[in-house]
Amino acid sequence: MQQYSGFGLLKHSLSYHENWQRVWSNPTPKKHYDVVIIGGGGHGLATAYYLAKEHGITNIAVIEKGYLGGGNTARNTTIVRSNYLWDEASHLYEHSLKLWEGLAQELNYNLMFSQRGVLNLGHTLQDMRDIERRVNANRLNGIDGEVLTTAQVQEMVPILDCSKGARYPVMGASWQARAGTARHDAVAWGYARAADALGVDLLQQTEVTGIRRKDGAVEGVETTRGFISAGKVACVAAGNSSVIAKMVGMELPLESHPLQAMVSEPLKPILDTVVMSNHVHGYVSQSDKGDLVIGAGIDGYVGYGQRGSFNVVEHTIAAIIEMFPIFSRVRLNRAWGGIVDTCPDACPIISKTHIKGLYFNCGWGTGGFKATPGAGHVFAHTIAHDDPHPLAKPFSIDRFTSGELIDEHGAAGVAH
Amino acid sequence: MLHIHCPYCEEMREEEEFSPAGQAHIQRPLNPEELSDEQWARYLFFRKNPRGLHHELWLHAHGCRKYFNMTRNSVTYQIMETYKMGAKPSITASEEGQS
Repeated sequence: MQQYSGFGLLKHSLSYHENWQRVWSNPTPKKHYDVVIIGGGGHGLATAYYLAKEHGITNIAVIEKGYLGGGNTARNTTIVRSNYLWDEASHLYEHSLKLWEGLAQELNYNLMFSQRGVLNLGHTLQDMRDIERRVNANRLNGIDGEVLTTAQVQEMVPILDCSKGARYPVMGASWQARAGTARHDAVAWGYARAADALGVDLLQQTEVTGIRRKDGAVEGVETTRGFISAGKVACVAAGNSSVIAKMVGMELPLESHPLQAMVSEPLKPILDTVVMSNHVHGYVSQSDKGDLVIGAGIDGYVGYGQRGSFNVVEHTIAAIIEMFPIFSRVRLNRAWGGIVDTCPDACPIISKTHIKGLYFNCGWGTGGFKATPGAGHVFAHTIAHDDPHPLAKPFSIDRFTSGELIDEHGAAGVAH
Repeated sequence: MLHIHCPYCEEMREEEEFSPAGQAHIQRPLNPEELSDEQWARYLFFRKNPRGLHHELWLHAHGCRKYFNMTRNSVTYQIMETYKMGAKPSITASEEGQS
């Protein structure tokens, strides 16, 4: 793998940048892989990378029906944080945040990871009680967090309407300084490049159409490029997880919903942190390019169409304008939707199944991006050892039968 | 935005008047104390979540406030039909069967 550096940039400028190595190869599928990963998004690529790097399994294929990182990895609002309420969830997300902190160096790829902090606003007394509870829980779990007063919030974000006359006055906020944003495409590309260098085959434009089984164990996958035999099959298909599960006659406790987001025209720097509000339901940050990145809520109906209804966008914009009146005449540039697989308890499923050699990492709902490194890491362990990683154990699919749900609904800063 | 025909109001109305309530035709078990944990989990949490035709429950929240059923394509979002509670859908995907 060609190392990237400032010096390399200078060197290649002498040859007009015409001799850069291809970032990853485009291999022909082999007949057999030890592990086949279905889904070439951030989570799938991270899983492949950690399997190769930490568990010595390099005969891996990542099968992607479109192009790498073209699904939810490219559609989220790039927020990374770990201030979840329950121990199980906060340990998993904090594991991920710790990996984020050294990831750009590890992958030798600029992820534009920016720990600019995340504010979760409180607008009611109950909000503030929940915030205090969550910050205290975070600190007991060794995760940084602070409760801020209205004056402190106003000082941090002068353009936020903190006046008493606001429809939902800001009463305070929680603040996680180590949280922030990262460039979402770069994460997929960085993992893909590193995995490719370790010998992982990235098979794009290849769709899985079936999963072949024999005596209760997986044998391989049928694809649009023929049958590929596999020792283990790991499904990381996000919104399409139920479609994959149906191939083996399984149902999952998931519903796929459209989730919308949008960006404005590029502006000069005006917002240097991430502001989220659960109560009015909107969140916004400013990208390095200058556009405001705004996230909406999910559409309530089941949808695979990667688009949602306009009233959801309208509701979100109303909330953003309420918080930031200064944005009222900013024009939106683009809006889009992705399909998120939501779980009844708003926590993911990282699990073995009753079929030997079949694993699922799904159900991340609206908050999977921040977990990309951590999820890949613990899922790789689960696959390699055929035994859940200690951090992944509480997220087994069995929790829906045993009743040990991890209810993160609204307990996190915002419904996402 | 969806344009929905309420089978009780017998009118086309805007999506904002309605709220979706998930998969339709899920029956509450009649013999709850005889059910295993697996069967309860299936009833409470596990869903078809199909990519294609979906029979689902909607509430006309800002209208007649009645629940009704809808058959909709979950990819194109095209609404095939809406029908009253207790009625059977006339359009079903053959491979899916009817639950």
